[in-house]
Formats: sequence, C-alpha cells, structure tokens
Amino acid sequence: MSYITKPKFHHPQLKTNEIGLTRRDYEGTLTTLCGGCGHDSISAAIIQAAADMSLQPHRVVKVSGIGCSSKIPSYFLSKAHGFNSVHGRMPSVATGANLANKDMYYVGISGDGDSASIGLGQFCHIVRRRVNMLYIVANNGTYGLTKGQLSATADLGSMTKSGEQSQYENIDMATLAIELGASFVARSFSGDKAQLVPLIQAGLTHKGFAFIDVVSPCVTFNNTDKSTHGYKNTWENYVALSAIDYVPMKQEITTSYAAGKEKEITLHDGSVIRLHKTGNNYDPYDKENALHHINENKKQGKIATGLLYINQGAADLHELADTVDKPFNQLNEHDLCPGRDTLMDINDTFR
Amino acid sequence: MNTPLTARVETLTKFNDFVVKFANINGSGSASANNMFAKAVFRMGIPVSPHNIFPSNIQGLPTWYEVRISEAGYLGRREGVDLAVTMNEQTIGKDIAEVLPGGYVLFDSSKPLPDELIRDDINFLPIPLTEICLREYEKPAQRQLFKNIVYVGALSAFLNIDFKVLTDLVGDQFRGKEKLILPNIHALELGHQYASENFQCPLNLQLKRSNKNEGKILIDGNTAVGLGCVYGGATVASWYPLTPSTSVVDAFGKYCKRLRIDPGTGKSKYSIIQAEDELAAIGIAIGASWSGARAFTATSGPGISLMQEFLGLAYFSEVPVVLFDIQRVGPSTGMPTRTQQGDLLTCAYASHGDTKQVLLFPATPKECFEFAVDAFDIADRLQTPVIVMSDLELGMNEQICDQLNWDDGRTYDRGKVLNAQQLEEIGKFGRYVDVDGDGIPYRTYPGVHPDKGSYFTRGSSHDANAAYTEDGNVYAEVMDRIAKKFRTALDYLPEPEISGTQNKLGILYLGTSHSAIDEALDSLARRGIRLDTLRIKSFPFHDSIREFIDSHDLVYVIDQNRDAQLKSLLKIELDASPDAMHSILSYNGVLITAQHIERAILESMPELEASNDVPA
Repeated sequence: MSYITKPKFHHPQLKTNEIGLTRRDYEGTLTTLCGGCGHDSISAAIIQAAADMSLQPHRVVKVSGIGCSSKIPSYFLSKAHGFNSVHGRMPSVATGANLANKDMYYVGISGDGDSASIGLGQFCHIVRRRVNMLYIVANNGTYGLTKGQLSATADLGSMTKSGEQSQYENIDMATLAIELGASFVARSFSGDKAQLVPLIQAGLTHKGFAFIDVVSPCVTFNNTDKSTHGYKNTWENYVALSAIDYVPMKQEITTSYAAGKEKEITLHDGSVIRLHKTGNNYDPYDKENALHHINENKKQGKIATGLLYINQGAADLHELADTVDKPFNQLNEHDLCPGRDTLMDINDTFR
Repeated sequence: MNTPLTARVETLTKFNDFVVKFANINGSGSASANNMFAKAVFRMGIPVSPHNIFPSNIQGLPTWYEVRISEAGYLGRREGVDLAVTMNEQTIGKDIAEVLPGGYVLFDSSKPLPDELIRDDINFLPIPLTEICLREYEKPAQRQLFKNIVYVGALSAFLNIDFKVLTDLVGDQFRGKEKLILPNIHALELGHQYASENFQCPLNLQLKRSNKNEGKILIDGNTAVGLGCVYGGATVASWYPLTPSTSVVDAFGKYCKRLRIDPGTGKSKYSIIQAEDELAAIGIAIGASWSGARAFTATSGPGISLMQEFLGLAYFSEVPVVLFDIQRVGPSTGMPTRTQQGDLLTCAYASHGDTKQVLLFPATPKECFEFAVDAFDIADRLQTPVIVMSDLELGMNEQICDQLNWDDGRTYDRGKVLNAQQLEEIGKFGRYVDVDGDGIPYRTYPGVHPDKGSYFTRGSSHDANAAYTEDGNVYAEVMDRIAKKFRTALDYLPEPEISGTQNKLGILYLGTSHSAIDEALDSLARRGIRLDTLRIKSFPFHDSIREFIDSHDLVYVIDQNRDAQLKSLLKIELDASPDAMHSILSYNGVLITAQHIERAILESMPELEASNDVPA
C-alpha cells in the first residue's frame, strides 16, 4: 500500500549496472494495485528494462492519464518526474512536455479506457504527430477502478466476471497505431517478461512514436475463462510473430545464434534489435504484412505479439517542426526576444 | 446620373467628426478597400476607428465596415451613419434607413434605385460602379474587385482625402507585387474623377489633416497578442481554429517565421501545433509549461467550455499556462462573429471544485501586447493559469493606440524554479512546501538533477511533498495554501486605473467598454453629471476596487453581457452591496456605445427625466 513507506535498505552486494545504480534505484513506491494485477508486471518489466540498459532515471519523464493503468508510473523510476494528468488526455500533456525538452526519454502509460475510449481522439493524434516517446497501453479489456465495466478493447463476445458480454467490435490499438503512422508497434503480454523487456528497451531507444499494446489481465474483474483478456486465454492463444533481443549500443555484440538465422535492426543510437526467426519469416518492415498477420491471427482467436512493425526512417515531431537543437525550456530572453529596435520597425508597419 | 436624386439637403459642414458605413457582400474583396479608406484617414493624422460587423460565412452574406472618425479622439462606436456606401442589395433598405437626416448614400447606380428606398431627407450619390468597371477592366475578377477601389477613389473626392495618401497606401500594400499598383491607382482615379465631374466636391462631410496620430499605430488586438507572445518568450503555441481567436496564432506564426529562426542553422525557436480540439490544445500547453517552456493557447467561449477540466488540473497541480480568450457571443455557438464579455464568470471559476483563475483585461491593442508579455511572467510567478480576456471587438478590429514599446533591459520572470545547484544547497525539496510564506511553492523542471527535485504531478489530492493523500486535513492545508497564493497574486497583477474619488457617482468597467467612456463622460459633464471612473485590469480584485465602491453613493457597473457578470463577481468577491451598484448592460453583439451608457445613466435618474433626450 502506498501509505507504507518502502524500506530503503537493500542488500549491500546488490548488482550495479554500468552507471553504478542498482535495481532499487529504478523502483517507485509500493503498488496499490490488486495482488496479481498484470500492471505490476509491466512496472517490473520497465524497471528491469531501464536498469539493464543503464538509463539515467532522471532523464525519463513519466506521463499517464486516469485509471488503474495510469497509476503505474508511481511504481517505477521515482527519480523521474511524473505527470498523472486527466482522463484520456495524457497524449496532449506528453506532446507538450516533449516539445519543451526534446532531450528526455518519454514514457506514457495508459489503459484501454484511457486510450481507446475517452482518449481515443488524443491517442490517434499523438500517433499522427509522431511524438518521440514510448507509449504503453496496459490493456485488460475492462474498467478496473469503477469495478468491471467492459472497455472498447474487449473482444466481441468476451465476458466479464459479472457476466456482461461485449456486443461490439473491439478497437485494436496496435493496428490503429500502425495505420496512423506509428513507427514502432509491438504487442506483448504482461506475463511474458522475456518478450516484454527487450520490447520496452527497443521502444525507449527508437526515435519516433513507439507503441506497445500489453495484454495485462485484471485479476479482479476480467480474468474469467470467458474473457479474452484473462490469463488463461492469453496463454493459450498467444502467438509470437517475432522474438527479439535488445543489444544496447555500448555492449559488444556476442552472437549466440548461428549467423544468417536472425535479422538485425540497428536503431538510431547504434543499439541493435535482434529478430529471431520464428519459422514464419515475419517481416516487421512491411506495414500491410503486419496488419494481415494481426488480422489473420485474430480470426482464429489468436493474439499476435512481438515486434509487429518498425520504420526507423520516419521523422519525429521535432524533425518535422525543424526545431533548434537546444531544448525550448533552456532558451531565455536572449534567444527569444527580438528587442526594441525590431519592435520600432514593426510599429512602422502599422502606420 | 441624376436619376433618383432628390433635392439636395443642406447641412452644416462636419470636419473630422462623422461615421462612414460600408455595406458589402462577404467575399467580394471589399475588406482591403475599406481598410485602405480607414488607413488613409489615420495617415492624415485624424483619429479613426474601424469596426467590422461580419457574418459567420465565407462568401455571400452581408458584412459591414463602420468607420468612426473623431477629431476629439472618441474611438468607440457612435450610433447613426453620416455616409453609407451601399454595395449589397440584400441590405440596402436597412442601410439607407440608418443614415442620419442630412447624410449621404453612395450607391452603384448601374441599376436604378427602387423608389421605395428613396428618402427626401438625405442626399444620394449615384455612381455607376459596375458600368465603369465593365468599361475599364476585362477580367471578371477585376471587374468585381475594382468596384471597391473605385468607390474609395470617389470618397477621396467627396471627403477631401489627400489623394497621395491613397496612392502611397497602394504602393505599400502591393510592395513586391508591382504589377498590381497601377491598376489600383487607376481605379482610384476613376472614382475620384467621376465624383469630381458629377458632384460638387467635397461634401459637407470633410476630412482635414490633423496631427493627432503622432506616436500612434493602427493595429488589431489579436496581432498585438501574437507579437506579445513572441516578445514574452513563448515557444509553444497549441490551438484549435476558432473565430475570433484564430488570428492570434496566425500573428504569432507570422512573426515567428521572421523573428524566431536561428540565423546559423535556419531552425525554429518555436513550434505551433494545431491540435485536434481545445482539450488537446490546452493539454499540450500545460505539458510544455510544466516542462519549462513558455506555452499558450488561444480560444473563445466554446473552447473555454472544453478546457475546463484541464484548467482545474493546472490550478490544483499548480502548472503555469497562458490562455487567451477572445470572447464572442454565447451561449453555445451563439453569434460567432459578434462581440461580448460573456465568459467572465466561466473563466473566473473555471473547472469543478473550489477553483479560481487569474484574469487580465486588456482594453487596447497596446495592452493586448503588454498583458500578453506580462501573462507569461505572472503565470510563471504564481504557477497557475492566466487567462487574458480580450473580445472580438478588440481582437479583430484595428484600433488606434500608442505605439508598442519594449525595454531591452527586461528579463523574463520565470518564478520559483530550482536548478541543480540550488537543489544541492537546500537539501530537501518538497514541491508544495510554502517555504517563503507567500503561498507560492518551488518547482523544478524534469531532468534537473540525478536524484533531487523529482516529483509526481497529479490532479488528485496531494500533500506538501506531492504524494497522494486522502487525509482531509492535509487536503485542506493545500487548498488553504493555494488560497493564500491568490492573495499574494495581487502583488503581481495590474492595479485598476482610477480617475479619482471626488464625485458622488462612479462608473466601473473593463475591457472594450473603455472605448465609450470618455465620450459618455464628456457628454454627461455637459449636463452637469460627473462620475469618477475605475477600469479593472485584473482578477482577483484589488482592495482599491472595494474602496472605490464604498466611497461613492452609487457606482455604475458596465457589463457587455445579459447577466451582469462583472457585478456578480464584485458581489461574490468583494461582498459589495448590490444597492451600491447599478448595472449598465449591453449584449446585442456590437460594441457598447457612449450613447447607450449615457441613456442608461440618465434613465436611472428619474428627476432628470425632462432632459433625458440623448441624440443618436
């Protein structure tokens, strides 16, 4: 519970990363979510991802909306600034923060209610604007905080604990993101840390809008056998279209796979995503192919996961706006104010 | 000529004191011609104030351009028209009816004027504009556009406008497009020549060069706001197009393209985001401000309604942000292209729960510039939204004001922001701790220090260290501290402008009502009625406003809305007695006039009933 202070003590021999920080330096406050909630696994995956890639915690900005999912930023990286905004409006706050300082890592955490219903408009437009950030939707198909109503990502026919069955087509956030121009789109499962951690690392490093739809079961309201967002269904119908490793730029690449058996994707800072062959020869550069595979799997009741789509060449918001290198929040009157003489000339144009 | 002309009505000659009203069809190219007329009067050194009365439409509906010319410097609207230029058959009946006895109607006589429109108490100035343009120009577009320039040329003969002033204006307007200069000057000459040859020029309405505009400029409020945002250091503008606020961001963009490009790299020191709606517009501005950039959005009433939730977040989580509300007629869609001061209460208490917002009330374009700059300092200083309350009248009409000024020694007040070194020195940082006892806490920007100064911003209840709390006492402490901050706010907000307290009667107003005050007061003084004035420039209210009300027998409160919103606000905030205040209301969508104010005051004095007749 959050009112219990988290003990600061840690084992003196806890392993440190390249910048001398331990796993504890990447944690947040104690969770207030239900025991077994998928969202806590997402927090843990982010902590592991950031610690393993030796990210400086204070260079990260955490933003969220409202709902169970939007509490997640409290539970990781307490040394980072966080902004828990209003319901469905995190994308706009993230866009503004990113405009003010392009030199930070931005992690947006949202849920299916927050991003697929009340905030669907803002979600669509932040994707279109190509804000350089990692946007995670903790997707459980239900409204947890208000006790179990169906959300817009609940699949047609999926049933909640109270017996309410979805009568509507679901909104697939991953296909939406691909169609609207996201340059990194993945889907994962909170229960599969081995898949999720490298995706988070790659998404953080990717320059442009990186989106991960994480199926994250709600143990309290939407974890029945008839729910397509429960643990049982997800484990049984989970298909990895691609499996990746993330190799940070600084780390020497020591290949443990036979040459030619995996694809390598080099990110803009020199980090590498290594794409394992999974038998289907999946090509994540091909938008149409990605949409096809997602839809084909869905027809069979399967959930396509892994890195679904990537395009490293797309310009991000700052490149499109051609902004100066120095972050806006470091510009002062000397940089910004044209001064008196110019104003006198402007006055003359109004005579 | 001479077809419908009635016997000429003789009147006394009026120098530099009359109203010319142009009635046009939207989208017919009249705007730049009419603007040229107003600017010519300005360049002759004569005080002039043009007012656009336009439809929510791109092409086809009626639009008017009313130009008040006043040597005395009365820049408000005046009722009644001395010379009407009637270019719109849809409205010509109404336009002719508005002309004061002894006045003039300039009309296109290519088609005869219906008999029922002819009045025998005014003068008609028939000019075959369509025929002239058919004869002189070949392209259909030119034939249409140059009709407007021809009537300006005719006016130059009728009213004695210095012709060189007009030709210079054409040269300035088409600099870089020299091909257009000669045809425009030709059109002016055609009009001037026709008027001179067929009528006795000048008329009894005449312009005489004056020297009243030295050190003045003719500029609209939204352009001044845009410039103020450039000078005030805004780097992020996020907005959703909405009349009448659109030209704020247009102006900001225009000046940024010139003044905010890094000369070395050619890159931009600004970013403008056209958001998907007003919610996103203010969300982006809040996110950027939170992260340390100066950011703003501009909107009008419907946008204010949509921004309410975010304004509450910024109030409670104490994020600075600057918002320009260019008010238009509500409720709902209302009259999108007409003016009102109808958002006062909505903005003063924007959002649910106990909230209050800082408001600034500019009355002139110069104040639009200055308050825009100040708004960024005030928002940063107080860590709260600042809403600059302009309106359509001020925002979209050119007005004469003192030229804009800038002190190169001025630095931006970024408020209480801690850098890495200061964080090291103070040891413990608490985001909402009232260290200085003024209710204003310290803040940090993201990324400032590896392990100091981070905090979690939230709209949920929080304690002094920004941690979530459901402890009612802790919540109340934070709310009380924010209330204290709003008392501190008075030290940073512009004081009201008070003329004095020597009279028994006072008049209290804000914003564009200012334009009518001098004229109303001068006229009332001639009847022996004298009032002290107080112009409010900001909210929360200074104590001097309460003192002003208390020191008068009666204070008239002008509201350009139906519900006396300013008076309500004075009652709520200052506990001012309703008996001490008398409302003067105007809410027909056009700027309040001096005559309206004068009538309202006289009507409130039944003992003066016999002499209540206010000339139009």
